Parts: sequence; C-alpha cells; structure tokens
Amino acid sequence: MRVMIDRDELIDAISGFGLFSDLSAPQLEAIIHIFDERMFAEGETIVHQGLSGSGFFVIVDGEARVEADGRELARLQRGDFFGEVAILIGVPAIADVIATRQMRCLVLPGPQLESFLISHPKVMYRMLQAQTRRLRAANRTGT
Amino acid sequence: MTESTRPFPPGSYPVVVIGSGPGGIQVSYALRRNGIEHAVISEDPSPGGMFRRWPHFQRLLSWTKPHAPEPVGSRAYERYDWNSLLADEPQARALQPGLMDGTSYFPSRPEMEQNLGLFAERAGIAIRYGCRWTATRRIDDAEGGGFVVETTDGEYRAPVLVVAVGVAEPYSPPGIGMELTHHYAEVRPAESYAGHRVLMLGKQNSGFELANGLLPWACSIALVSPSPAKFSVQTNSLAGVRARYVQPYEDFVLGGGVAVLNAALDRIERTEGGDGSLTVHLRRTDNGNELAIEVDDVISATGFVSPLLDLPDIGCSISGRSRLPVISSWWESTTLPGVFFAGTIGQAAKGLVKHGVPANSGAVHGARYNSQVLARYMAETRFGKSMERPSVALADIVGVIASELADAPELWHQRAYLARVFTVDPSSGLVDDGVQPLTHFLDDGGPNAVGVTLEADGTGAIFPVLYTRIAGDIRERAMVAHPLLRYDGPDARGEILAIVREAIPDVPAD
Repeated sequence: MRVMIDRDELIDAISGFGLFSDLSAPQLEAIIHIFDERMFAEGETIVHQGLSGSGFFVIVDGEARVEADGRELARLQRGDFFGEVAILIGVPAIADVIATRQMRCLVLPGPQLESFLISHPKVMYRMLQAQTRRLRAANRTGT
Repeated sequence: MTESTRPFPPGSYPVVVIGSGPGGIQVSYALRRNGIEHAVISEDPSPGGMFRRWPHFQRLLSWTKPHAPEPVGSRAYERYDWNSLLADEPQARALQPGLMDGTSYFPSRPEMEQNLGLFAERAGIAIRYGCRWTATRRIDDAEGGGFVVETTDGEYRAPVLVVAVGVAEPYSPPGIGMELTHHYAEVRPAESYAGHRVLMLGKQNSGFELANGLLPWACSIALVSPSPAKFSVQTNSLAGVRARYVQPYEDFVLGGGVAVLNAALDRIERTEGGDGSLTVHLRRTDNGNELAIEVDDVISATGFVSPLLDLPDIGCSISGRSRLPVISSWWESTTLPGVFFAGTIGQAAKGLVKHGVPANSGAVHGARYNSQVLARYMAETRFGKSMERPSVALADIVGVIASELADAPELWHQRAYLARVFTVDPSSGLVDDGVQPLTHFLDDGGPNAVGVTLEADGTGAIFPVLYTRIAGDIRERAMVAHPLLRYDGPDARGEILAIVREAIPDVPAD
C-alpha cells in the first residue's frame, strides 16, 4: 500500500478545506512547508487529555474520535481540525483524539499557532466561523 | 578480504540488518548485547554511511566536547558527546573526543568517519560490505512468514528486517526547469562558484550550509522557499537552521548581497540571450508578487529521502517530504509488521513533539538510544527473551530518579520521547522497567507506575516531567526548572518524593 501523495496533490487536497479556502496557490504551498505532515496508525492516540504541549492538527485524510473521560464527544474527518482550544487558552488538552483509521494530518506546533493566525487572518476568520458553528451546535444539544 | 572470509554469506538468519552507517552499526551492537543473532549487509565498501561523503563542507553539526563536566567514557559524559556510538566495553566507549584535533568542537567529517570505523573495529561489528540490497519479497508460510532480501551477492531470508539505510537519497521536487538545477549532493568544489550568482532552493540546514560555504566565493546568493526560515536559536530546539549556519542570514539583514526570500518556484528557464545563465521565476508567498532572478547556478537544497527501495510496493506505508515509513513507537512498520527501522529513519516515530520540540532521532545522539531500546524490545517480543527488571527498594526510588535526572543521557537527548519507567509489579514490588518510548508508557496501561523524562517547552527551559500512572490514569507532573539544570538537590528530591507518592504512597521520606 503506497499512501504517499506528492506536493501538488497535497496542495489540491487542502485547497478544498474550509479553513484554507481563501488562500492563493503560493500561500497554500507555503502552508505545506509551514506545517509538518504526519501519519497516525489506526488506534493511535494523537492528543492526550490532560497533557500539555500538544499541537494544532488539520486532517488531510482519515478519521478520528474525540473522547473525554471515556465518553465519545465527536467524530472528525477530512478537512476538520483539532487541538486549537488548548493552545488558544493555554490549558492541557481537554480531550483525547484517537485515530479510528490511518490518518494523515498537517501539524503546527502549539507555540507557532498565534503567529501563524496573525499572519493568515483569513484562516483565523475561518477558524472563528468553525468555532462559532461548534458553539451553536453545542448550545442546541445542550452539551 | 577474500570471498571466503567475508561475513554473512547469503542464507537464512534470525534478523537481517541493512546499512553500515551509525544506525546499522549501533543496532548491530545492541542486538548482539541482547543475544540476537543477525547478519549485517551494506552496499558501501566501509563503515560510515552518509558520513563517508557529507556534510559537503566537511564539518558536522553535532558537537563532541573533549573537556566536559563529566569524565570522558562515563555514562553521564554521553550528554556532552553527540557523536560516539554506545558500548559497554571501555575500549569502544567515547571514541570521538580522542580523534579530534582541537580546532572545533564539531568534529570534521573525516574524524566522524574514523570514529565510526574505529567503533566497528573495537566493538567487533561484522558487516558484509559491497553487498547491495536490490529487492524485497514477503514470505507467507506456516512458520510465521518473513522476508527475502535480494542482493547483489544472493538471497537472504529472515523473519525480521532492520532497515538502517539513513535519509540520504537526494530529493528534488518536480517542477518546470528543475532539470537545470543541481542537487546539494552534486555541488562542485566551492572555488568553482567564484564570482557566480547562486540561487538556493531550500532554507533548511543544507541550504544555509551551502550558502555559508559559498560566502567567500559566490558574488550573490539567494535562498528561496515558500515559508520563512526558522532558526534553532529562535525555536530553542534542533528544529530550524543551526546557529553555525546563520551567517548568510546576517549578511542578508545587513544588505551584504545575500537575499532570503519567501517565494514558491514557478519555473526555471535558460535566459534568452544569456551566456548560459538561468532565469528563475518566483511567486512570493508574502505578498503574491512575481519575481524573476537571473543567476548562474541553481542548487536544489530540497532535502533527502529514505532509500526504501521496493518496501512501499510490498506494503510499507510511507509519508511526508522525506518519504519516511509510517512506524510505531517501537520503530516497526505499522503496515508491514516485521520490518523495523534504526538510525535516522527512526525519526519517523515522532512521539509527542511537545511544545513543537522534536526528539533527536534524526541525529546520532538520539538514534543511538533508540537502537538500544529497539533491540531490547525485539529480544522480548520476537525472540522470547526475558529481560532483567531490577527491583528498586521503596527507600531508594527518590535517589534513583534524582540520579537518572542528573546523569541519564537517554533522557537528556531524547526529551519527552524516551522515559525510564518504574512499575509497581503486583508480584515483585517496585521494579525498574528500563527505558521505553514515552508514548508506549502513556498508551499501554498497566499497574501503577512512574515514567521519568526531561522536557523542553520552547522557552529555553529544560525540566523533568514525571508521568504517574494511577489506576490506569495518566497524570503529567512537571518539576520546577532549575537555572543550572540540577535536578538531584534537596528541592528537586522533595518534588520527586511528592510526585512519586501519588502513584506509590508507601515510599518513605527521603
């Protein structure tokens, strides 16, 4: 199973993500240099609840489940992102994120998220939109 | 050496190790220490791997301090010597400092090559040189399967492979006009660039190394990549360009003739009417503008990939710009079980990368400990060997942890990546479970335990973190950073005691 995809394919893939949908082609190329690319095996814990120092992840391929205190909170898939809450408010990870099948992610170290968002305000706006949707959904379901 | 005296003729072996760089040599030593028979093959004519050729300007990035706070040859000294391989026998320990001429604490490339050759000789590492790996096949049989390694000398069969071929195959990304560039690996002697205008694709260590080496020769240098350059002195880690290659950046900010540009490559073409010169068309990533630069040479400092041959074709997933294999915490392919990786390829198992600080698995001073841990794991899981788990008296545990935090090179070099684990064994009490990947400790579950490591948070501080496992739950307990990095004094021991008692309440006062 050869899962490698080349640079152009990766740029094509992330250009369709809401988070990056306002970026130009050169900016998208910069994104894949600024972020690291990582693979996670099925069952691997990517973010550990209660631990400090995690990163910001954007799912390029694959799926994950979000768990807190043993309770499943959400499922994540291609184009979704996670890890930003703990970084933005400076607390340990608030949930586990576990790959439910092999996952490819773009990863930005936590300490770089602030400067990245400030230098990419359109990405920050899209992240804010996504967070607002999550908040609205949480308010509706009472979770 | 005649054919009859060359070691490891083709045939069946419990393990086949491929590679004779520091990774292959170190893992061979560690396998032997754990009683695992194996063959080592390499296409090279002598030990050293990539250090037989590179770095291009003949000086390493990794230091060895001939004069350090700890005695040369001691375990604690390994913290100050990033280049010697590990052995128990005194005659094979800390070889690098004895081979350096005192002009730099970064060994020269020939000094490093000599260090590796001397280690292989003194540690008695047998390698079949001139034996090139050409193809791989899987065997599915009743005895558990395995692999056939085809080589220029014939076929090897083994249930387990350890691939230690480095990350040293030149890589240039596709693009219009890339055939007009030459790679880092093909760079000519520096003086041949005298008076040339040089453009470097890539702003990582290899690009800055070349730029630094060409400062006395090239008349102008442009370093180009889509994202801004990162420097180790800014990230406070090995992520980014190392301090000794920063000179071209200073030249840039002082207007000396070096340009450092954030731009994506559009195309490279021969300059119309130019005398063999090239025009590089760029699209700037910081403002979207187009930019064309006329130069004499374009060097592709775009990195290296792992030469994994046909392993991806038989099921080994690979990923990322370096085409590294997708591997477990124990450096085993997650999609092709039985294939392990040692040496710098081990950086594919990234661990937690807490606060963005990577482990040092891509360098000798990290990979050498991974090899020790890997060999022990293989001995236990593949060869049914029962490894020693020494008992630790409850009254001693604080002192043992403080001593590890002071001296353990594994923890200093592989921060937040390797941990020494002390477990409350239901039958035998508190035991030393040895050094393990931290992610394994966090995810594996088990009885109450303490995992001890050191960490950095990107601010420059380095501090111990003790992870307690209590009734299956993991808690992270960071200790206060000491300005001189001393973690065996009374204050530190008090902190250790308080944390350890969370998991092991019976520990007496220190």
